[in-house]
Amino acid sequence: MRRKTFPHGIHPPEYKSLTEAKALEAMPPPEKVSIPLLQHFGSPAKPLVKKGEEVSLGQKIGESTALFSASVHASVSGKVLSVDGVHHPLGKPIPAVTIANDGEDRPAPEIQGSADPLSLDPETICQIVKEAGIVGLGGAAFPTAVKLSPPKDKPIDTVIINGCECEPVLTADHRVMLEYTEDILRGAELVRKAAGAERTIIGIEDNKKDAVRAFLEVMDNGSAEIVLLKTKYPQGAEKNLINAILGREVPRGGLPFDVGVVVQNVGTAKAIWDAVKFGKPLYERALTAAGEGVREPKNLMVRIGTPFQDVLDFCGGIEDNTNVLIMGGPMMGLSQWSPDVPVIKGTSGILAWTVPVPPMEHSCIRCSRCVDHCPMRLVPTQLMKYVKYEFLSDAENWGILDCVECGSCQYICPAAIPLVHWIRLGKNQVMGLKRKKSANNAE
Amino acid sequence: MPNSEYMIRSSPHFKDKDSVPKIMYTVIIALLPAVFTSVYYFRLKAVVLYFACLVACLATEAIFLWVRKKPFQSLWDGSAAITALLLAMTLPPDLSLDLAVIGSVVAIAIGKQVFGGLGYNIFNPALVGRAFIQTAFPVAMTTWIPPVTLHVDTATFATPLGNLKFQDAVVQGTLAPLKDLLLGNTGGCLGETSAVALFIGALILLTKKTINWRIPVGIILALSVFTGLFWLVNPNKFATPVFHILAGGLLIGAFFMATDMVTSPITPRGTWIYALGIGLMVGLIRLFGGFAEGVMYSILFMNTIVPLLNRSFRPRILGERRKPQ
Repeated sequence: MRRKTFPHGIHPPEYKSLTEAKALEAMPPPEKVSIPLLQHFGSPAKPLVKKGEEVSLGQKIGESTALFSASVHASVSGKVLSVDGVHHPLGKPIPAVTIANDGEDRPAPEIQGSADPLSLDPETICQIVKEAGIVGLGGAAFPTAVKLSPPKDKPIDTVIINGCECEPVLTADHRVMLEYTEDILRGAELVRKAAGAERTIIGIEDNKKDAVRAFLEVMDNGSAEIVLLKTKYPQGAEKNLINAILGREVPRGGLPFDVGVVVQNVGTAKAIWDAVKFGKPLYERALTAAGEGVREPKNLMVRIGTPFQDVLDFCGGIEDNTNVLIMGGPMMGLSQWSPDVPVIKGTSGILAWTVPVPPMEHSCIRCSRCVDHCPMRLVPTQLMKYVKYEFLSDAENWGILDCVECGSCQYICPAAIPLVHWIRLGKNQVMGLKRKKSANNAE
Repeated sequence: MPNSEYMIRSSPHFKDKDSVPKIMYTVIIALLPAVFTSVYYFRLKAVVLYFACLVACLATEAIFLWVRKKPFQSLWDGSAAITALLLAMTLPPDLSLDLAVIGSVVAIAIGKQVFGGLGYNIFNPALVGRAFIQTAFPVAMTTWIPPVTLHVDTATFATPLGNLKFQDAVVQGTLAPLKDLLLGNTGGCLGETSAVALFIGALILLTKKTINWRIPVGIILALSVFTGLFWLVNPNKFATPVFHILAGGLLIGAFFMATDMVTSPITPRGTWIYALGIGLMVGLIRLFGGFAEGVMYSILFMNTIVPLLNRSFRPRILGERRKPQ
């Protein structure tokens, strides 16, 4: 099979062998879960329960109010202890529903599957996905229902199921592909129907050939195509994936809709099938707990709202000298201050390790490696300088808002300059200026 | 149970192992074959020149770091050592040591530190130092000696390019044989004479991707096309492109000086313009200018427009329309 890929990108060490052979293990639900009413950027959901109320497994406890928002559901049955702000992995306190687990996993009565999911019409599928609170499980946690209902003037011809898992260390998607192969295919079929597309393509990096074989074994002829991709970071970044597989370029500032594509992560496809077939809302997800600091690295099925600390304890605890705790992968993950934060829908991994003293930062020697590796074909060092010296309109003209913050530039930078940090700062400032401008225009 | 505070850091959390000092030392290693051949051809004179430049450059760098209150470990990042080696390699082997020291001080002080040190200089520091001595002491900088392996007993000697320019070597049939140019068995600056040694170093830099391949390719391409046209029209008057590539400082300039990261463009299109411009200017100066050799001034001239090239040639962003509509 010919391997496809995109230009530029990097080859960080993978460290996947720690966990890639370990089957997903269902972690026992914890005594207490804290389910944040906001799981992604956007507006928080409106709480539907009060302190002291009894809730059942899968009961909706937060109603989505805005377009870019998703409902949240109880991940255990039990009594609501509080509806209050908690530490959140995204860094700020966010209201969350804390539930004491009664250990019964009493399913909510409203949970109902459908006998023949593939006969449902697109609107019904979208409605079920929205009700189930499904978001993209690749990490960014974009509400899936929004992705499934493209604007009428943007016809979709292709659904891409993203099985790249290009982040080092993480292997949860890999395991989902091996263990829930058929569910992913069925979920993909639902996505295809909902989006009105003609073809389904599953993109997998060539370090997961066993997943390719798994798909080929269970696949009906012609139901989907498998595309083998080179193992390269960030192969799974939406715009690069579309470019690698179809040769199409999503326009600047645009979405995959604009080139007739919907991209869904493999885990999301499985969640869609579970929701439509069994009526199961998104209250648990697969994640990898690994890194040198985790004593027994594992792939786990974890209830949303489980504290990181419980997950780490289940993995034999962490080494004493651990000084970094990450939610997500090592390239794009968010470092955590405390292990008390809960697992949220976007938690693809919990990583812990010890970092040595950071390397000395040099001044930029203009080696242009960041330019040669940027998957968006930006000039990170120039963007950094524009932000540093506050040439914000230059930064905008040079595409600072096109940056996907994949971290390739900073990974490769021999001068150890925090390029992504500068770019994030600049994006914030540029967006601030834009908001100010539009506010002034509105007056 | 550890419930401590963890380090908060911005992603990415992985970092490639390459660093600025590693890049610099790779360049130094790549220079060594040419350094050793120059010691073979010019013996003690070469050793003394290298030593003088190294000491003078490192001392100047150290003084500036101290005055500017910069971390002292920058002295060992390898960049001052590269400047010293490159400067020495572009000096006539018989140059007196005081001139070499003056060149070194100017290279580090004026060429690099006054701009703000490594990363901020506009011009290649070694070439700034060389240009200074060339202008201030033109006779000393154009007095050549033959390598000891030639066993000729003359006080002065002409470089292959000097022969071509001022003695009409093509017409006279006295052009240096290509074999001597390849091995370095000829007159010229300390480190520029042996093409083979420079190619070995270039191979190291290219395979380790330390230098941008577009720069040597562009320079050699432009020079070949330019000199090739004249050679095709009148091979009795003009030397072949191969001669122009192997003679003089073209190879050391194309592989080791024009490729200086700090003073070359960062975007692909800018890099092509920069490289082709250097090659073309070298051809112009060699064929029609007042000097026999033009590599130094060509690189310095193109260095000046690098900031402009960097600002003018932004690559096409993924998803950007190819042509504005």
